[in-house]
Amino acid sequence: MSILIDNSTKVICQGFTGGQGTFHSEQAIAYGTRMVGGVTPGKGGQEHLGLPVFNTVKEAVQETGAEASVIYVPAPFCKDSIIEAAKAGIRLIVCITEGIPTLDMLDAKVKCDELGVTLIGPNCPGVITPGESKIGIMPGHIHQPGKVGIISRSGTLTYEAVKQTTDHGFGQSTCVGIGGDPIPGSSFIDMLALFENDPKTEAIVMIGEIGGTAEEEASAYIKEHVSKPVVSYIAGVTAPPGKRMGHAGAIIAGGKGTADEKFAALEGAGVKTVRSLAHIGDALKEMTGW
Amino acid sequence: MLSAMYRKRGDGEQPFPIVRVTCNQWHEAMNLHEYQGKQLFADYGLPVSRNFAVDSPEDAVEACKKIGGEQWVVKAQVHAGGRGKAGGVKLIKSPEEAGAFAEQWLGENLVTFQTDDVGQPVSRILVEDCTDIASELYLGAVVDRTTRRVVFMASTEGGVEIETVADETPEKILKAEIDPLVGAQPYQARELAFSLGLEGAQIKQFTKILLGLSRLFHDKDLALLEINPLVITGEGNLHCLDAKVGLDGNALYRHPDLQAMRDPSQEDEREADAAKWELNYVALDGNIGCMVNGAGLAMGTMDIVNLNGGSPANFLDVGGGATKERVAEAFKIILSDDSVQAVLVNIFGGIVRCDMIAEGIIGAVEEVDVNVPVVVRLEGNNAELGTEKLAASGLNIIAATSLTDAAEQVVNAAEGK
Repeated sequence: MSILIDNSTKVICQGFTGGQGTFHSEQAIAYGTRMVGGVTPGKGGQEHLGLPVFNTVKEAVQETGAEASVIYVPAPFCKDSIIEAAKAGIRLIVCITEGIPTLDMLDAKVKCDELGVTLIGPNCPGVITPGESKIGIMPGHIHQPGKVGIISRSGTLTYEAVKQTTDHGFGQSTCVGIGGDPIPGSSFIDMLALFENDPKTEAIVMIGEIGGTAEEEASAYIKEHVSKPVVSYIAGVTAPPGKRMGHAGAIIAGGKGTADEKFAALEGAGVKTVRSLAHIGDALKEMTGW
Repeated sequence: MLSAMYRKRGDGEQPFPIVRVTCNQWHEAMNLHEYQGKQLFADYGLPVSRNFAVDSPEDAVEACKKIGGEQWVVKAQVHAGGRGKAGGVKLIKSPEEAGAFAEQWLGENLVTFQTDDVGQPVSRILVEDCTDIASELYLGAVVDRTTRRVVFMASTEGGVEIETVADETPEKILKAEIDPLVGAQPYQARELAFSLGLEGAQIKQFTKILLGLSRLFHDKDLALLEINPLVITGEGNLHCLDAKVGLDGNALYRHPDLQAMRDPSQEDEREADAAKWELNYVALDGNIGCMVNGAGLAMGTMDIVNLNGGSPANFLDVGGGATKERVAEAFKIILSDDSVQAVLVNIFGGIVRCDMIAEGIIGAVEEVDVNVPVVVRLEGNNAELGTEKLAASGLNIIAATSLTDAAEQVVNAAEGK
């Protein structure tokens, strides 16, 4: 078991024949992801990377039985693509694109919730269950099948955590990048709930950053509902208030959303926190006794 | 240097949902001047004072005459709050005073508690009709992360810092969540209006204002909207006395009219330069320049420098597709800050190959004439090959073996050890 995806998950790509879609679909196929086709309006009937291209997601789902879709279309078209996939019966949408207007995401999120569809991202590296399926832009080779579930708002910080858990020999059950936007499709809590119920996941690494209250809300959830050990790092202790640090969501407003507040909330929930991102692996070892 | 032109906001506690106000930074977002905000308000049928935005003392005098009456308000136009206390807003009783005010401020910088010590340049003065104020309310709207809705906030405590109200008397901030699919409904405005103690014609006026603002928020992809104060005039009518509007930078592509309102003079020059190269740069106070791929890792790198006793000079994300040219530009921007005494390059090559990054660094160090120590930590794809290339370059580049090692080395290098 794992969460969200495994080697049986049938995946299509929206924006399949574009540069990003092509490059990352090739990588995914090479990794072993069960890619079954792609969608590019106007190119239906063609073949790309040895897979069928469809004009619409509806058609792709009917023909291939796809359950998951990864979106690489440009930001202005993402709201449309997300809602198209949700309406076509896709159960898991992973949106990699960054720069989507916030109000577009409000609409897309409402539709996904209404239809019971899980949306990961946008502005994220995607989801990987090592050794089984990779949906997104993360480098497959640093991963190793194993027992740590990783959830992160940041791409490259996820890679650091992955590398450390691989170097220690723990491996990962599933890694989820929920994305750095203010309105993410899925929250820490959504993923914590899945990891808690996943028998393959024995410990959880949660990587947060300044801005918003997602980490504080996650802390409250962990205290009540998560029995597995959780290690957490929050990026942005040194970030000054009021400035946006790259991610649109990474900003401290009115003295709220600071790293210190988040660390305090997590520690209050029994989470092992680290102040240096280089210590994630060591902290896991210490906490689990592995 | 810290530009504090973006207003820092507080939040209410129970029993209302917590609202996070994202301050907008220009690269991803953009703020409007008051006079531009009021133009939008007027377009949406909201009551604003008769006004003219002028850029010369002569026009300021002329504006008073066109508006008529015996009293006017003149306001320096900068992207910062706290203008009144800083002398940037004045009630005047003759057109000549308007001219004198314009003479005093145009071309000067206004320093308020929200700006840095240099302040923000004044290139326009707003001259407007004087409003007779009976009482002051607050009305604002933001995108709330927790509820994933546009949330309107209203309070009877207008004219003061709403942050203070939120901290001290959160129960005085009333909220209304807007359903993205149906938009603001009149009943939501009525609920707020009655709770604010409005009566008679004011209920309809408030409803018209809130529905207009909600349309404006959605039509123009706003990130932040604030009227502080929304006043009740001596005659008992509602009137928008101020206008603060922040835009969602991600949506600017579909609003050419709003793009035309950008005022680069209000923005940080180096940050604007960086953005041209798709680099995300924020200047800080320390002496260790940082170049990192990925926003989260860039923050994590600043933190680890700090943990090792150093102080980061900047946040800089070179992005996923770091090319030689962008690495060179990043070096130039980092080194344009005279306080930088060492540079830390931290790259986790996921898809991008570290040997390519190494070539970019070598090229940049040669081209840009870097004369401070550069510590490089490469991890991921082809990291070893990259490190070998750096070692073989003969340049003053220190290759670090781990993230912690990199932080220690750069802190030592900055201290001249």
